Amino acid sequence: MLSYAIKRIGLALLIIFVVMLVMYAMVFLVPGDPASLALGPRATPELKHELMVRMGLDQPIYVQVWNFFRNALTGDLGYDVWSKRPVSEMIAEVFPNTLFLGAVAMSIALVAGIGLGCLAVVWQGRTVDRVLAVLSVSMISIPSFVVAIYLLLVFAVWLGWFPAIGAGEAGDWGSQIRAVVLPAAAIAITWVGYLARLVRASMLEVMSANHVRTARAFGLTQAKIVLRYALRVAIVPVVAIVAVGFGSILSSAVFVETVFSRPGIGTLITSAVQKRDFPVVMGCVLFMTAFYLTVVTLADLLMAKLDPRVRDTLRG
Amino acid sequence: MSEALLKVDDLSISYASEEGPVQALRHATLEARAGEAIGIVGESGCGKSTLASALITLLAGNARVTSGSVQFGGRDILSVSEEEKRKLRGRHIAMIFQDPMTSFNPVLTIGEQLVDFQDQREGLSKPEKRQQAALMLKRVGISDPVRCLDRHVHELSGGMRQRAAIAAALLMAPQVLVADEPTTALDVTMEAQIIHLLRELRRDYNGAVVIVTHHLGVVGELCDRVYVMYAGEVVEEGSTDDVYHNPRHPYTQALIACDPANLHEQTPVLPTIPGRLPDLVNPPRGCSFAARCPRVHERCRSEGPDYVEVGPRHRARCHEARS
Amino acid sequence: MASGRRNVWRALAAEPLGVMGGAIVLTFVVMALFAPWLAPHDPFKIDVMHKFASPSLAHWAGTDQLGRDLLSRIIYGARTALGVAITATGIAGLAGILLGLVAGYGPRWLDSLLILCFDSMTSLPMIMFALAVITVLGPSTATLILVIILVSIPGYARFIRAQTLSLVRSDFILAEQAMNASTARIILLHLLPNVAGQLLVVLSMDVPVVIMLEAGLSYLSLGVKPPTPSWGNILYDGYVSLRQSPGMVIIAGIPLILATLGFTFLGEALRDALDPRLQMRTLT
Repeated sequence: MLSYAIKRIGLALLIIFVVMLVMYAMVFLVPGDPASLALGPRATPELKHELMVRMGLDQPIYVQVWNFFRNALTGDLGYDVWSKRPVSEMIAEVFPNTLFLGAVAMSIALVAGIGLGCLAVVWQGRTVDRVLAVLSVSMISIPSFVVAIYLLLVFAVWLGWFPAIGAGEAGDWGSQIRAVVLPAAAIAITWVGYLARLVRASMLEVMSANHVRTARAFGLTQAKIVLRYALRVAIVPVVAIVAVGFGSILSSAVFVETVFSRPGIGTLITSAVQKRDFPVVMGCVLFMTAFYLTVVTLADLLMAKLDPRVRDTLRG
Repeated sequence: MSEALLKVDDLSISYASEEGPVQALRHATLEARAGEAIGIVGESGCGKSTLASALITLLAGNARVTSGSVQFGGRDILSVSEEEKRKLRGRHIAMIFQDPMTSFNPVLTIGEQLVDFQDQREGLSKPEKRQQAALMLKRVGISDPVRCLDRHVHELSGGMRQRAAIAAALLMAPQVLVADEPTTALDVTMEAQIIHLLRELRRDYNGAVVIVTHHLGVVGELCDRVYVMYAGEVVEEGSTDDVYHNPRHPYTQALIACDPANLHEQTPVLPTIPGRLPDLVNPPRGCSFAARCPRVHERCRSEGPDYVEVGPRHRARCHEARS
Repeated sequence: MASGRRNVWRALAAEPLGVMGGAIVLTFVVMALFAPWLAPHDPFKIDVMHKFASPSLAHWAGTDQLGRDLLSRIIYGARTALGVAITATGIAGLAGILLGLVAGYGPRWLDSLLILCFDSMTSLPMIMFALAVITVLGPSTATLILVIILVSIPGYARFIRAQTLSLVRSDFILAEQAMNASTARIILLHLLPNVAGQLLVVLSMDVPVVIMLEAGLSYLSLGVKPPTPSWGNILYDGYVSLRQSPGMVIIAGIPLILATLGFTFLGEALRDALDPRLQMRTLT
């Protein structure tokens, strides 16, 4: 198990390295440079130079890359071009909101998705199953930000049940929870369908597997078979998808946070892109990549724990 | 002579398919008595797997019983409720599966499963069930049963897996034991060990044993009576001795002649039976084997043969059986 | 294999969702192709006197905050959406096929390098990468298309690579090579036909994702630049004017939902029709 873990972590680190290289390379492959772009046509050479220095772009590329990595490892991700605030501080300020949103959304999606998926299997072929089949496809396809806007319109603007803006007051759990409901629902809705179908498909495949037939042949009850012989085995691919899905949830968060004017990584990076604030964007991308890779690696390790076959095949 | 524990009476089963119903089993009749081991042999597609599934009441979703019944404990177990069927399985009729590697749950340990399989048993606590499992594992020749209990199926060797599968079937002392191709997934050495084990276990076992296989040798070693199946029908039945040494149906004769174990001299080409299985969606009007039979007559093609008694409890379904 | 292809059409037609999806897709394609003839008004024409008008005979879907006819903008929006989607998917598909072939047939080190690149790109949430590129290049339709292409390539390349690898190892390729068949011949005659069906499915499942990405980025004002109509733009206009005209947002969201649903249904039906295993469904 340990060697497997080390291999996975090593790979993740390598990937982060490559990603950052690519990001940096992009700057130099492009006509024009970030400073000019940020300042616009009014830029005087002195202003440009000052901005370049501030962005650290006046150094040779290898120095820049080296500085970036060295700084990143110590938690210094650069400074906001306009406000001069450290990027890491800005991220630390808003990331908990995004994390909270993602966690709530994922929890809703998991509970509802797995529940619906199992139900569809138990009542396979009947109306519930077919309705779910159509509904699930529909739900995956609808963009989350459209759902978010509709939810905003109905539940916040018209009905006034939930706030339309913000993430609630610091320290006030009630307001924070009320503020997270709609955005989390918007994200979760697009996921419930996918998860339900995945669980259903995985379960159906497992239900026709030999070991389920064996369990039947020994007279086990349907409930026990579904939970212990089907779900337990079928859940493994679901874990994998959920981990990867976190990336999708982050993507959705970017849009959904904007719709609800909710402070988070999404709104941070979006406004930074609009202002062409390169260090902030770079810092956010690096951070989110690292975070995402951590989640995926952890999920991999969890899968290895759940399914003993995984770790044994990789031992060799 | 003891009473028949399990009786298959004129059973016909067909599967729904795009081309029409496939008549996989046609009017099969057989019986197994307490203390007796019967073998059901035939090549792929002869209907023996369908028969095995019927005995354990686990027919596929698209299977239909078009005639007959399976009698056990005074009733037709194919027509009782799902709940009743479930109660029979494992407790009264148990199966030894063909491929233990895929038949065991890959993520649970053997011990957890063997305890699960005893769910129908009342009055025992979990540790007691675990102990029973350990005892049974020891009985089937696993030297360190406690360690085996804590292993997953992919960590066991092929022979150990098969033994575990046998142990599982015997756990609740069922009255009928059905073995579905018990040695097919094994290599020759393991096969010999398992046959030896089964023979030994039979001595203490009072119920009926049904062994379904395409392997003539296994049936020869373990069974008292044998039923030979072809194209969904039982074409010959009798004691193993009688059928093997005095086969009366041309198919049985061909089968025995083709068995590599019966070859006494080196030959460059293995003997085979020419021709193909008949179409089971539209079975032939006359004898099913007519198209491939070396002794076929006109009568065979138009008239399905009846059973002909050729000896004590030995009969064959052929117009030519007497000669 | 003519009967095989006929079966595919039959299977496709049998799925009601697939037929519905096909109809929706066709509608949007027609909309996109014949926009200038179908749109009742000029989508750029500003008429501030009649802003936020409710749906009427003159304006079937009402007008936006600058008095422009919403229906016309939506119809032209279809052109933007499909134009971007097809261009981006097409180019990404071709590039992906090429890279996949190179990875599969070429030297091991090249393969490892490419795989590392693909893994890196897919380990990043798509949107992050897109935003980073847009920061550097500036928002525009061209950037949008480039971003989508870059993000889509790894998926196709991986798929083609897997097919190529399995083909390379298969016995009949060895036989062909023994007969000195050229690599091009092998690719054209054996690989592509086998793969075409599945590739089509992958591509058609990608189109809704691309449409959503385009709409999303345009919604963030980082994609297609106004006044060019894009469903995302229109949605943004509606969002900003939410209090004044809630109807606009509702209307703007509909084509997006329908288009993504339609393509997804079609893609799924296509996949089911081409999957031989699922054809057995009718038996049980």
